[in-house]
Amino acid sequence: MDWLTLIIVVVMLASAVAVLLLKDFLAALAAFSVVSLGLSVLFVIVRAPDVAMTEAAIGAGLGSLLFALALRRLGLWRARDRG
Amino acid sequence: MQRFTSALFLLGLGVLIAAIFRNMDLAASTPIVGDAINAAAAQQVGAANFVTSVVLGYRGFDTLMELTILFTAATAGGLVLGKPRGDARPDPEAGLVLRAGADLFFPLLLVVGLYIILHGHLTPGGGFQGGVILAVAFFLPLLARPGTPMSHRAVSLIEGLAGASFIVIGLLAMPEGQAFLTPLLDKGQLGSLLSAGSLPLLYIAVGLKVGSELAGLLAQLAATEASD
Amino acid sequence: MDTIIILYTGAFGLIFIGIAGIVLSRHLVRIIFAIGLLEAGANLLLLLATWRDGASAPIIVGGRVPALMADPVPQALVLTAIVIGVGILALALSLALRVQHAWGTLDMRAIRLRLEEEIDDAAGIEPPTSADAPAPRPTAPATREGGA
Repeated sequence: MDWLTLIIVVVMLASAVAVLLLKDFLAALAAFSVVSLGLSVLFVIVRAPDVAMTEAAIGAGLGSLLFALALRRLGLWRARDRG
Repeated sequence: MQRFTSALFLLGLGVLIAAIFRNMDLAASTPIVGDAINAAAAQQVGAANFVTSVVLGYRGFDTLMELTILFTAATAGGLVLGKPRGDARPDPEAGLVLRAGADLFFPLLLVVGLYIILHGHLTPGGGFQGGVILAVAFFLPLLARPGTPMSHRAVSLIEGLAGASFIVIGLLAMPEGQAFLTPLLDKGQLGSLLSAGSLPLLYIAVGLKVGSELAGLLAQLAATEASD
Repeated sequence: MDTIIILYTGAFGLIFIGIAGIVLSRHLVRIIFAIGLLEAGANLLLLLATWRDGASAPIIVGGRVPALMADPVPQALVLTAIVIGVGILALALSLALRVQHAWGTLDMRAIRLRLEEEIDDAAGIEPPTSADAPAPRPTAPATREGGA
């Protein structure tokens, strides 16, 4: 189980840094979802299936949906005009 | 100057967190309350999922307060967003794929959400997770056809009824001299659908309340006028 | 390396990145993202507080009671914390929408300037000639207008 945990933690921390560094907000939102999904797998590893389900449905699903709607309304929903 | 200050701050924060990490006693805890609950919950509450026992049985009042916080956040969000302008043009109808997908997924999401709510005391899941799935199920048709808005009256009616029924189920224990939100009814066979007394009823109320609240919030966020 | 150390590294790393993002970001939406990261790290840390190796999930399946079960109390706490977290994110995002609607910007520096201006206006204080100039000492004679 160690190597699986290690891979997930590394991916999660890398995408957490990417959330702060990516110029494009749409890409940052995708990285944020990756953090949430990695976190829900970690919750399964620490034997908390209830919390994992909540994180997957609410953190990764609904949270990203809220961010996506807000980005669209803020006018930041531009995938490719940032070069 | 700005960069230097940022680097200094990051260094200090890193040292602080590393110090906390070093001085923490890793993996040396004996969960006294948790072990007691694990030993007693099957007889006391009768739910096969002990997390549900804690959420609705031992910490039911806390869950009520949490619903209040969620309600406050959703209401404040709605107040801040305000009503969409009457002359704002609605978004055009979505393409064939999204419309057909929304029609196909609506009943499936409904079934999955209700299943997760109803089996909250047996398997992982419960009112919060199922409620979110219900909210998304009702938001999906709105995404496909923005012209036909959700009935806000019905949403707030469901929300109010669900919240009131949670409190009423809690109050029903009080005439018999028990504390607020004490689990009622027969505990039943451990692991069967009709078990754990009033816990499934409470989770249905939680699910409907969370679902209607979040669906209303999503609809309002989607309907606010676009800033060009 | 122990699994527990890897997990704690993940939790503390998320907290570190979240705090750094909140303090160093200039864009309001980026700050809200950082709040989400900080919250995720705090949830993981809370859940790890009672983690035991070899424990099974606190659910009875098929009437068979496992010998060692994970602690359900922090799990219930984290479950509610996640739901509240999404409510807070929604509130923060709608406030950001209002800020952009009212002032047309999401840059924290511009927002801070506008905020100070409005507070000064409401209190009837003359705006300083430069935001970076040091405040004139009361005893010193009038200094020249406008600092660097």
